[in-house]
Amino acid sequence: MKPAPFTYMRPENLDETVATLSQHGADARLLAGGQSLMAMLNLRLVEPSVIVDISRMPELNAIKLRNGMIEIGASVTQSELLAWPELEAQAPFIAKALPWVGHFQTRNRGTVCGSLAHADPSSELPLALALLEGEVVLRSTSGTRVLKAQDFQSGMLQTARADDEIITAVRFPAGAGARGRAFREVARRHGDFAIVAVGVIARDDGTLRIGIGGVADTPQCIEMNADAGPDEVKDRIEHLAWQLGGFDDIHASARFRRDLVRRLTPALIKEVRACAV
Amino acid sequence: MRGVTSEDPVPVTIELNGRRRSGRATARTLLTDFLRSELGATGTHVGCEHGVCGACTVRIDGVAQRGCLTLAIQADGRKVDTVEGLSDRKDALTVLQQALHRNHALQCGYCTPGILMSFSDFLAHNPNPDEQEIREVLGGHICRCTGYAGLMKALIEAASEMRGEPPQISDSELAT
Repeated sequence: MKPAPFTYMRPENLDETVATLSQHGADARLLAGGQSLMAMLNLRLVEPSVIVDISRMPELNAIKLRNGMIEIGASVTQSELLAWPELEAQAPFIAKALPWVGHFQTRNRGTVCGSLAHADPSSELPLALALLEGEVVLRSTSGTRVLKAQDFQSGMLQTARADDEIITAVRFPAGAGARGRAFREVARRHGDFAIVAVGVIARDDGTLRIGIGGVADTPQCIEMNADAGPDEVKDRIEHLAWQLGGFDDIHASARFRRDLVRRLTPALIKEVRACAV
Repeated sequence: MRGVTSEDPVPVTIELNGRRRSGRATARTLLTDFLRSELGATGTHVGCEHGVCGACTVRIDGVAQRGCLTLAIQADGRKVDTVEGLSDRKDALTVLQQALHRNHALQCGYCTPGILMSFSDFLAHNPNPDEQEIREVLGGHICRCTGYAGLMKALIEAASEMRGEPPQISDSELAT
């Protein structure tokens, strides 16, 4: 199918962008890589009257290390982040999860911030944001605000971004996962949406942080002591698997999803403990 | 700020396979439709139109991406390469194309242009991929008639030939 008619705007800079958003509000949609939005336009799942193209804006195209955080601008593509020479050293968990985001061909266009804005519960980058406790930088004509991961993702395909705001960047703590990290997902085909995605990192304070995507409306995280015994690990995961409230759909049954959580999570904890040694 | 009001067509100029080509597009015209209907470059195929099947894959400024998830107006002023431009001679095929031909890696040919555009980018930057890497890039394309065994064989062969090695592959590499 083809998109419904819209007006196309390409602002030259951030000031023009927020002015445009302030004028059009909920009638406008931001287009960065378009790997979610263009598909939704083509399927007419969304019919905005204004498209604001920020894909060519140089001021949003930077990856910076600043105050112990990695800051990734709104037009940085997933491929550009994968090719960032510091990725393995500064963001070892993201280095593991990023190759699972879509396909080679969609990562070449899809942006890191765009995936967060879309907030699909089975996507890898929202899981990384929650697991690594990153933050999102939002800007409107009234100024800039920074939201922590847990305050940003509010539901399935829903975030706390206001209609007149643009995500200018996402920040991840530098070095998160350096002590140990593991990521795995199950999908019908590599690059498809995950049925279940699991991430685990070892933290400096001696805890493990575990994140699950694809089951609940948003990625869900729990923490446990890195030296928790097998019984405690099993109990916590069993509790988590039920708490996620999985449902039956065309891709998998709720029971299958719970089973994936039960099987993948202990394997990943083992993997993280192995790299922590 | 550039602005295009809904249904008024505007001129769009791209460098298509090395040649400057112009046409008209509305704000919502997809790059695939612009290539096919406006410029007559029908080598790029239209499949699912939501980025899943890979049939529409083209190179924009050298990078393989989905033509159906790109507005024509976004490609304005950029280099767009399609299957028509792969070989510089009408009667000759590239090493990659020859490998597909030799290995019966296509029947209906619907998915073929997209696969060629993905791998002409991927192999240029990753001359020495392992089988898993090729499989993952191929995962961005759906073939519904030939299957992937011939494609895998062709792509492994093309990569080695592009590295300047004589074409040879062991049976174990072909296990699928």
